[in-house]
Amino acid sequence: MTAATQTGEGMWTLTARRFVRHRLAVVSACGLLAMALAALSAPLVASLLGVDAESVDLFNRFQPASFGHPLGTDEIGRDVLIRLLYGGRISLFVGMTAALAAAVIGTIIGLAAGYFGGRTDAFLMRFTDGIISLPLLPLLIVLAALDLGKLGLPDELVVSENISLYRIVAIVALVGWTTVARLVRGSALALRERDFVRAAEAQGATALRIMAVHILPNLASPIIVATTLSVGNVILLESVLSFLGLGIQPPIPSWGNLLTNAQELIWHAPALAFYPGVMIFLTVIAFNFLGDGLQDALDPRATERRAVY
Amino acid sequence: MTHFLLHRFWQSALVLVVMSFAVYSLIGLMPGDPVDLLITADPKITPEDAARLLELYGLDQPIIERYGNWLSAALRGDFGYSRLYARPVMEVLGPAIANTVTLLGLSLGLALLIALPAGIAAAYRPYSRLDYSINMAAFAGISVPPFWLALMLIIGFAVILGVLPAGGIGSAGDGGIWDNARYLVLPVVSLTIASIGGHTRYMRASMIETLRQDYIRTARAMGAGEMRVVFGHALRNAMIPVVTIIALDFGSLFSGALITETIFAWPGMGRLIFDSIMGNDFNLALVALLLATVLTLIGNFLADIAYVWLDPRVSFREVEQ
Repeated sequence: MTAATQTGEGMWTLTARRFVRHRLAVVSACGLLAMALAALSAPLVASLLGVDAESVDLFNRFQPASFGHPLGTDEIGRDVLIRLLYGGRISLFVGMTAALAAAVIGTIIGLAAGYFGGRTDAFLMRFTDGIISLPLLPLLIVLAALDLGKLGLPDELVVSENISLYRIVAIVALVGWTTVARLVRGSALALRERDFVRAAEAQGATALRIMAVHILPNLASPIIVATTLSVGNVILLESVLSFLGLGIQPPIPSWGNLLTNAQELIWHAPALAFYPGVMIFLTVIAFNFLGDGLQDALDPRATERRAVY
Repeated sequence: MTHFLLHRFWQSALVLVVMSFAVYSLIGLMPGDPVDLLITADPKITPEDAARLLELYGLDQPIIERYGNWLSAALRGDFGYSRLYARPVMEVLGPAIANTVTLLGLSLGLALLIALPAGIAAAYRPYSRLDYSINMAAFAGISVPPFWLALMLIIGFAVILGVLPAGGIGSAGDGGIWDNARYLVLPVVSLTIASIGGHTRYMRASMIETLRQDYIRTARAMGAGEMRVVFGHALRNAMIPVVTIIALDFGSLFSGALITETIFAWPGMGRLIFDSIMGNDFNLALVALLLATVLTLIGNFLADIAYVWLDPRVSFREVEQ
C-alpha cells in the first residue's frame, strides 16, 4: 500500500497492470466475455437464422454444416449451433451462481471458525474435514436422485420445469464450499490477532461488525481467486451430472446433456459429440487461466518471487 | 504413535457412522420404496397386502429404528440382498472392487510416472519455454471434461481406427491376457489423462518452493552436481506435500473411476454405485457408497502417516493439532 501511495498510483491500478501482464488471463477474460455475449444473444441468432431451439425437423436429421445450420442438425433435426448457445447460457449461469453460493457459505463458515476459534473452530473444521473426505461424485449422484416431494417441498416447485436448474445449483453449493472455508478460516485466524481488530474490539464493536468491516475486506483477494477457479470445476461437475442424466433435464439444453445422446449416436454422428465438449473445455480452461492471472495480480508477493528468475 | 493411530481411527469411525446414517436417510428419500416396486411389478397386490409388506419389512418404523436394525445386521456381517443382482451384496461387490482396483492402480501408476518427472522438469527452470509447455498441458488436462475425453477416445480408436474395443472387460469366449489388456487400454488412458494435470502442477509448485531454500543454495555452493542437488537434496522434501495431496485425492480418483467405468461399461465399483442408485437397489447402493467412503478415509489416513514418515521434523502429535 505504501509503495502504491509513493508512486501516486492506487492499489487497483497496480493490480490491473499486473493482471494485464498475464497474457493468457487477458485472452481468457475476453474469450469468456465473448462467449457470454454470444450465449445471451442466442434468441437473436436464432431469429436471424430463422430457426428456434426446440423446432424438430425429422426430414433434416444429421445434416452437415450448411448456411442455414452453421454446425448442422442433431438426431431430431434441431439446429446444433442454437442449442449450443442456449446450453451455454445454462452452463455459465449454473457455474457462476453455484460458485458464488458456495463462496458465500464457505466465507460464513470460515469467518465463524477463524474469528471465534476454540470449540466453534474445532467443530466447524472437523465438519469440513468430514465433507472433504467424502467421495464427491457418488454423493452428488445420490443428492441429484432424491425425490424432492419426500423432502416436503411444495408440489408446484417440484414439478416446475426449472427445478433441475435450482437443484443442481443447490447441491453443488452444498458440497463445494470447503476450499473457501479453509482459506478464510486460515486468514481470519491470523487477522484477529492484528492491532486494528484489537482496537475495534476495545471500542466495543460487535463480533458481526468486526467480521464484516475489518476482517472480510482483507480476505477479498483469496476469495475472489478461489471462486474464479471453482467456476470451472462447477461447470465440469454440472456437465458430468447432466451427461449421466441427473443434472439439467431436457428440454432445457446444457453442454452436459447435449452429450447424453451423443454416446448412443457415436457410430452414426461422431461430430455431435464434439462441439459441446469443446465448449466445456474452452470455458473451463479460460476460468482456470483467469483465476491464475487474478492470483498473480492480487498476490504481489508471488510476482516479486517471479521477478527473481 | 499408537495414541495418534487410535485417535485417527476413532475419528474415521465417527465420520463413517455419520456418513452411513446420512446415506441411509438420503436413500430413504429417493423415489419409490421396495414395496412400491413390488406393487409396480404385480398389479394384483391389494392395499392391505402393501401395508402388511411394509410391516413385514419394517418400513413402517421410524428412520432411526430402521437404521439401528440395519447397523446391527451390518456389524454382524449381514448387508442384505442386492435387488438388481438377486445375490448377497458382498458377493456382488467382490469382483467389482477387484476390477476398480486394477483400473485405479494402473492409471495412478501411469499418471505418477509421467506427472512427477514432468513437474520436476518444469520446476527446474520456471517460466522457461519447457515449463510453459508443461504448464499448458497440465491446465488442459485439468480442464478437459473426463467423460468427453472418453467419448473422443472411443471415436478415435474404436469408431475411426477400429483398433480397440469401445467398452467392456473382455471378448466372449476369449479369456486371454492380451485380450483383457486391449479392453483396459482406453479406460486406463482416459483416467490417467484426467488426473495427470493436477499431479504435475502439485509437483512443480512444491519443487519450485524447495529449490528456493537456503540449503539448496548451500549444496550448490559446496559444489554438488545438479543431478545430486535435485534428486539427492530437493526431491525428498518436495515430495512431502505431493504425497499428501495424492493420498487426499483418492476421493476424486474414485469419482473419475465412476465416470470412466460408466462410459466404458467397466464392471467396477463406480458403475455399480451408479447402476444401484439408478435401479433403486438400496442395499447395494448403501454398502457401495460406504465402501467408497472407507477407501477415501484410508487414503486420508495414509496421507497423515506418509507426512510424518517423510518429514521427521513433524511429530504425530503436531498433525493431530
